[in-house]
Order: sequence, then C-alpha cells, then structure tokens
Amino acid sequence: MAILSQDESQAILKKVLSFSTADECEATLSGSNGGNVRSARNAISTSGAADDVSLAVEARFGKRSGVATCNEFDDATLRRCVQRAEEIAKLAPESPEYMPLLGAQTYIAAPKSFAASTAGITPDFRATQIGKTMKICDEKKVTSAAFLNDEAGFVAKRNNKGLEAYQQYTNLSFSITVRTPDGTGSGYATGDYNDAAGFDAGALTQVAADKAAMSRNAKAIEPGKYTVILEPAALVANTDASLLAALMNALDARNADEGRSFLSKKGGGNRKGEKLFDERVTIYSDPTNAEIASLTFAGDGRPQKKMTWIEKGVVKNLYTSRFWAQKAGIPDIPRPGGWIMEGGTQSVQDMIKGTAKGILVTRLWYIRPVDPQTLLYTGLTRDGTFYIENGKIKHPVKNFRFNESPIIMLNNLEAIGKPVRVNGNLVPPLKIRDFTFTSLSDAV
Amino acid sequence: MKRRDFVGLTGLATGALFLPTIPGLGGNPVDPARLLEAVDPAVNKRLADAALNAAKAAGATYTDVRIGRYLNQSIFTREKQVQNIASGESFGAGVRVIANGTWGFAATNTVTEAGLAKAAQLAVQIAKANSKVQKEQVKLAPQQGYGTVSWKTPIQQNAFEVPVKQKVELLLAANAKALENGASFVNSSLFQINEQKYFASTDGSYIDQDVHRIWPTFSVTAIDKASGKFRSRDAMSAPMGLGYEYLSPKAADKIPGPAGSDIIGYKNSYDILEDAAAAAKHARTKLTAKSVVPGKYDLVLDPNHLGLTIHESVGHPTELDRVLGYEANYAGTSFATQEWKAKNIPFGSKQVNIVADKLQPGSLGAVGYDDEGVKTKQWDLIKEGKLVDYQKIRDQAHIVGQKESDGCCYADSWSSVQFQRMPNVSLQPGKEKMSVDDMVSKVDKGIFIAGRGSYSIDQQRYNFQFGGQVFYAIDKGKITGMLEDVAYQANTQEFWNSCAGSCDQSDYRLFGSFFDGKGQPSQVSAVSHGSATTRFNGVNVINTARKIG
Repeated sequence: MAILSQDESQAILKKVLSFSTADECEATLSGSNGGNVRSARNAISTSGAADDVSLAVEARFGKRSGVATCNEFDDATLRRCVQRAEEIAKLAPESPEYMPLLGAQTYIAAPKSFAASTAGITPDFRATQIGKTMKICDEKKVTSAAFLNDEAGFVAKRNNKGLEAYQQYTNLSFSITVRTPDGTGSGYATGDYNDAAGFDAGALTQVAADKAAMSRNAKAIEPGKYTVILEPAALVANTDASLLAALMNALDARNADEGRSFLSKKGGGNRKGEKLFDERVTIYSDPTNAEIASLTFAGDGRPQKKMTWIEKGVVKNLYTSRFWAQKAGIPDIPRPGGWIMEGGTQSVQDMIKGTAKGILVTRLWYIRPVDPQTLLYTGLTRDGTFYIENGKIKHPVKNFRFNESPIIMLNNLEAIGKPVRVNGNLVPPLKIRDFTFTSLSDAV
Repeated sequence: MKRRDFVGLTGLATGALFLPTIPGLGGNPVDPARLLEAVDPAVNKRLADAALNAAKAAGATYTDVRIGRYLNQSIFTREKQVQNIASGESFGAGVRVIANGTWGFAATNTVTEAGLAKAAQLAVQIAKANSKVQKEQVKLAPQQGYGTVSWKTPIQQNAFEVPVKQKVELLLAANAKALENGASFVNSSLFQINEQKYFASTDGSYIDQDVHRIWPTFSVTAIDKASGKFRSRDAMSAPMGLGYEYLSPKAADKIPGPAGSDIIGYKNSYDILEDAAAAAKHARTKLTAKSVVPGKYDLVLDPNHLGLTIHESVGHPTELDRVLGYEANYAGTSFATQEWKAKNIPFGSKQVNIVADKLQPGSLGAVGYDDEGVKTKQWDLIKEGKLVDYQKIRDQAHIVGQKESDGCCYADSWSSVQFQRMPNVSLQPGKEKMSVDDMVSKVDKGIFIAGRGSYSIDQQRYNFQFGGQVFYAIDKGKITGMLEDVAYQANTQEFWNSCAGSCDQSDYRLFGSFFDGKGQPSQVSAVSHGSATTRFNGVNVINTARKIG
C-alpha cells in the first residue's frame, strides 16, 4: 500500500471514529515501505523489501480501555475492528493510571522529514550503491561488510476529543566495516539521512578503508586512565546501546522520583536543577532542526517542541508520562525524538592536533549497564583505535574494554568538536580526560 | 526517524495503544480470542504454490515461502496493578528466491494468491538487480523434500488458552510476595509466543509447525532512602519452550544452591511466588553486602548464570557466518576461524564438552524443521576442549567442505529474511557424581554467582565481562555471606581452559535468552543453554563501585 496522504488517512480515521460508540476513541494509522541490501566479503549477502500499513483503534469506557487492529480498509473490516476494541474495553480492568485522551493539539509546522528522493529508492539504486562500495574495496584489496536500509512512512492520528495529527518521514542509513586481508586491520564509517541526496556510499567506504589500513598491526599499551577523543559514532551507535543515549534514556522523572535513578536525591525527590556536568554540556531537542527533522508529535499525541534537557551542565528538564506529570505536579514533557548536543567548530582532525597524548576512538561496542546507581557502563573500542602523540596519530593500539559512566565522562570534558548527525541525533566528538580502560582485547 | 523508533518513544505507561518496544513482540494488537484460531494448512498450500509458481515464471531457480502467523501476549504489572496487557498478531508471508545465482527476498502482509505472487516477482526483481554486481553464485547444500509434514512443541497447557485474569493474578501474587518481604518496587511480566509457521519450497516440502515459548520474569528493587542507595534482584526463571505448565511448580524441579547461599534453582517448572519472596530478601541484603576486594578468585557458576557466558563466548564464536565475515559490520567476526581451528588449539580444558542441538525437549531452540526446510539434529561443537565443528546452514556448508546444513536457519518474522541463528548450545554435565556442596567444599577462595547480570564481549569474542544477580563469598570451602559490586573479566580461551569441572546430571538445568539479537536489519531469536554448576579457577574479578557527584 502506498504512503497515504493526510487527506486519505484522515478520511479513513474519520470513518473509523464514526463507527464508535465508546466514551473515548482514538485511531492511529501508520505504514511504511522500505528495502535493504547487505553485503559481506565484498558480495551481496541478503537483501529484501517489506511494506505494511496498519490501523490501531483504542476504545475506552470510563477507565477501561481496549485495542484492536486491522490492515484492510473496507467499511466492514473497519467496523469490526472498532467493535472488537469496544468489546475488549468492556472486559478490561479499570486502569489506576487512566488519563483522558488529549483534545485538539497545536503542533509546530512539520519540518522536512520526508524526501521524495528517499521514498523513490529502487532495488537498482541499492544494488548500485552497494556495488560501488564493493568495487572500491576490490581495488584496494580489502574486504567490506556493509548495510544500506531505507524507509518511507507516515503516521496519522485522530480521536473523538478533537486531536488530529499527521506526518510523513523518510530515512536512509548506511554503515560499513572494512577489514584488511591479514585480519589485523578494521575500519568503520556510518551515515544516516532523511534525504538520500546527501548520501555518498563511496566517501564513507573510503573513510572505513583508510581506517582499516591505518589500524593494521596495532600495539598493546597498558590499560588505565587515558585522555580520549571519542568520535561521534563512539558516543551514539545506530545499532547498539551507547554512552550518550544511555544518559538521555535516564532522564525519566518517575524513576528519579521513585529513588531508582542516578537523578534520585538522598532522602527523596530528584536532582533536576542541579549542576551535574561540565558547564560546556548543553543538550536539547528540536524536531524542526533541518539536519535531523523528526516527528512533531509523540506516540500519545503530545506535541514535540524545542526542549532543553541539560543547559551549561545543569539538568533542566525530565520527561514523563502524562499520568506521572499529573500525580507529581510536574511539567508534562514527552520523551524526545532526536536530540542535539551543542558543540564547537573543531573537527576530529583539529582535536587530534591539540592533543599531546591520547587515544582516538572510532567506535564503542557491546555497551551494557553495570550499575544503574552511577550509570556505570562497560564495553569495548572497535574498528580503529589509535595512539596520539604531539598532535599526530602515532600508531594503532589494541582494543580496550572500558568501565565508565557518562556522568563522570561529562565532568572530565577537555574539548567539544563540531556536531554531526548520528542515528537521528547531532553529536559532537568529545575529548575526555581520565577515561577508564580496564583491560585489553585481542579483537580486531 | 524510523517508524519503529516512533513506536518506541511512546513508552509503556502511556496506555495500551502501542506495544512495548521489546524486540520480537512487534505485530499488531489483537483480540485475545483470535490467538486461538488456527490457519488451515490447505489454504496455506494454495497460497504458497501461487508464490512458487510466480517466482519460477519470473526466472527463479529456487524459491521458498514462509507464511507465518506470529502471536504474542505480554502482561506487564508493577506492585499492585496491571500496567499493560498486549496481545499481538503479525500475519504475512515472505518469499525468498535465487535468480541469476543471487538471493532475493520480499515480504507482504497481503496474504492472497495475488499478493504472494507479487512478492515473489519483487523478490526475483531484487535478485536480478543484485546479480549485476555479484561475483559468486549461491550454492545450496542439497535438501530432500519431505512432502506434507508437521511438528508441534510438546506442551501440556497452551498459555494462550489460560484466561488472562488467571495470569494477572499470578503475577500480582508474586508482586505481593516481594512487597511482603521488603521490596520497594517490583515489576513482573509474562511473555508468551506462538509461531504458526508454514514453509514450502521448490524442493517439495510443505511443513506446518506450531511453536510455543514462555517467559515469566520480574525485577525486585529495594531502596534505602536515607543513603539514596538502590539494588535490584531479577527472577531466577528461564524462558522455556514450554506451555503454561512451566508455572506449576513441582518439588522435583527445585535444585537448592550451595549451603548458606539461600538460592533455589529451577528445572522444568518454576515457583514464581517462592522466587519473588527470595528476591526481595536478596535485594535488601545487597544494600548492605560487602563490596568485593578485586583480585583472582575461583568462580562457582550456577547454570542460571553460566548459560549467558556459554551463549556469548561459545555460542556466538562458533556461528559459521561470523567466522566467515558475514556479520563483520554488526555483531562482528570470531577468533575461532578455520585457520585457528586447524591449529588444534584447546578451546577449553578436557572437561569442556559442548553440544549444539535443535531437539532438546523444553528448550527454546527445539523445532522439527528449520526455516529453510531442514530437519533438525544434535551435533558436537567442542569435544574434550577441542573445537570440532561450527553452526551452519544450506548456503554455507560447501564453504567448510560439508554436504549438509545443520538445520539452524531462522527468521523472527514473515517479513524478515531467514539466516543462520544459534541452536541450543549446552555444556555437558560432569560424568562423576558431584553436588554443588561437594564443589564448594573444595574451593579455598572463591565466589558463587547466580543469575543473569551485566554482560559484554568484544566483536571477535576474546574479552568478556559478566556480572550476575547474586554473589556469595566462598572462604575455605564455605559460603560466608553476600558480596556486591562483582564483575569478572576474562579471555574466552583462558576462561574455558580454567574450567575445573561440572556437577553431575542431577544439577543440569536450562538457561535461556529470549531476545538474542543479530543481523541487519536486526532480528531476535530465542535459544537455550544447558549446564550444571561449574567451577573456573583463578578468574580476574573487578570491583564496579563508583562515586558520582
């Protein structure tokens, strides 16, 4: 099924609501078309395409709620779907955290989250792009494994309290790992975009191939505390947990108020308003930012606005469910889509030049929580780790395991570089002192 | 932004409209009554034939079709209330073809003869587009057709037939036990999965399978407001390939941990009420437990902990696709290359015997046939410490000079392409009679660890770090009390070579991973790991306590 327009989707939703006899009824229509191609050993390994459109109807009688869904859109099916949601609602227990559905909302003007260039991607486009990476790697006599994924989709909502929302989006993501034939070098590069016009598989392949060549025959140095330059892809991963995303995921008001968060205060309450990080740390979200355009409404229909989370090291806002906001008497702020960490103008190269001794980290991997009390995480460096001396990369070093907390890390800040897009966020490279490496890894 | 991310942002507490973001539980919310409907195999055969014929007409030389109805029900509670009951259904079909010697795949939720034919044509179109840049042709290990066959998880009670009310009451009763015993908070949940999978291929197989899995679990948190300290203890249950019978505890399935540890392990049935009460006491004790002194310790690892170490350090590095470089861009590769194997380097000590299987009753991996129509089996991975084989599927067997697939191909949905996934990988118990108390009595300075905690391993599976749920100091053959802030770091080969033996068969239990992630786009799979309590000598233990401002 094609990506439905605002008029097409709201027409279906209006009809759905007209079939409802419930006290409250909300319907959400969402769908996507997408495809992917994956390569390994300089050959295509898998590729595919999938499309799906579905309607979810939530019906409510008092504090009882029921949900049903369908993926066909004739009148009879829509009517059955509404009836089923209502039947389930009548049988459901009352929710002690019930909140009435939102009424009409004012959303900021939708940014350019949809690009026709991405929505129009064909199997030939994907094959050509991945073919380009394979050709470069064949010529350089290195081996690549890459993944290209694209998606075009829409979300439309409507309820009988007056709420109406609609937005289209597109997304393309690409990542590549290049390894040298002797198995001693590995390099990585990644990029993601709303608009495929900005995508250049060749340039990213070049970066990964250069890193692979540079990282051959790494030397072991003692684990311990080092000054590190963490590239943006080391701070936020597009496939895994990461140090900065872990911090953003921990800004939940309820967990903090309940005493089970690093933001909980001794004796009760939370640490909103306290300065917990270096004063150069400012993190905010803005769905209209042209580089990371995202949805202007949250899943429950709340508007997404520009919101400051951490300003000059001070925790400014926490996100929360509508129920907890009401119960605790705090601002009702939804969790953001993408977020932006403010930075400076320096590139990674500039930051290397300004470093007497340190370690450049391309990517961190298999990052898992160790202690939620301190947000301590462990993980490893990967695909390009280098020793810096007197402003230059001196030699590659063997990979390390780290045990570090983003809270400690953002207090040990030496420098912030220019933010770039990673997985729908804008993230600067960071130079951090006393980053804790606890052991060596033989992995390449 | 991806649609999946959008759904993820809504969170659990906002109501029932969106499903939780737990991988593998995608799909569409559905009336629980519909979870009991079955699809007629004759209808599926007609639909599958439409795809097989359309792909052939478009130029495919091989085609397989998977028509899947993936059902799940998840119940989430906290303290005295239900947070969410999500019943989901995802119905659709995936068509995989070889055309011009290249794979192509397309999936659709329009499950009609026309819809499947269209997906088959798109799959061929994709294969042909990719073949222009392809240098090597796909080579499939030969596979006989089985005709019309079926397989069903041998469950005693279908969890989907148990009224939701009964399941909710059990979780709330477990929460009450935890609260009575000192918990500040408790979250409990019950995951139930039913995969109704129909597979057909041009080899002449029409395979109907009905696969069930279940996982009851919880996390108990104890808070000391004055100090601001909080500690949690998760359930000691295992996700299993069983029905609701797993939640009817039997005395014979309870295995006590070492004397002085207050731990109970569970075999084929689980006592959630007993475990919730114990968890609350453990979480409270953890608030004041002694912080570990870092150094070398002999570790005595309970099966409910060791399973994850087996999974990460043996299961993943012996996946042939990782060994060959197919996962280099995401999950990584493996130290256990064919060159490494040829050198006959000991993977572990002589006590280490590890088997792969897709047959073990009650396990998460058990099925009759895999997702490319290969009958399942058991085989050796590590024999007396030596790596003897890998895990492989049809298009990989020829690369290692073998003639057949191991039957471990899996896709997590009709819309995902099937690929090599880990079978059950289990450490065989010791042959000599040995209880946990016998084992602990011989340890001079050690730590007994139970439960699944923090885990991390590098992309070639050398260096790992594991935590746990509970840690007990062992001093001169006796458990002396609980420890905190414990994690061990080791190198896979050094660790398995330090293995000093396992308890006997009577202590053998399954651990499970319900949401194991791999592939791009990422897919989940569920897999079990069996072992008895096992001792490892001289492992490096670190202290994970930190101070923040």
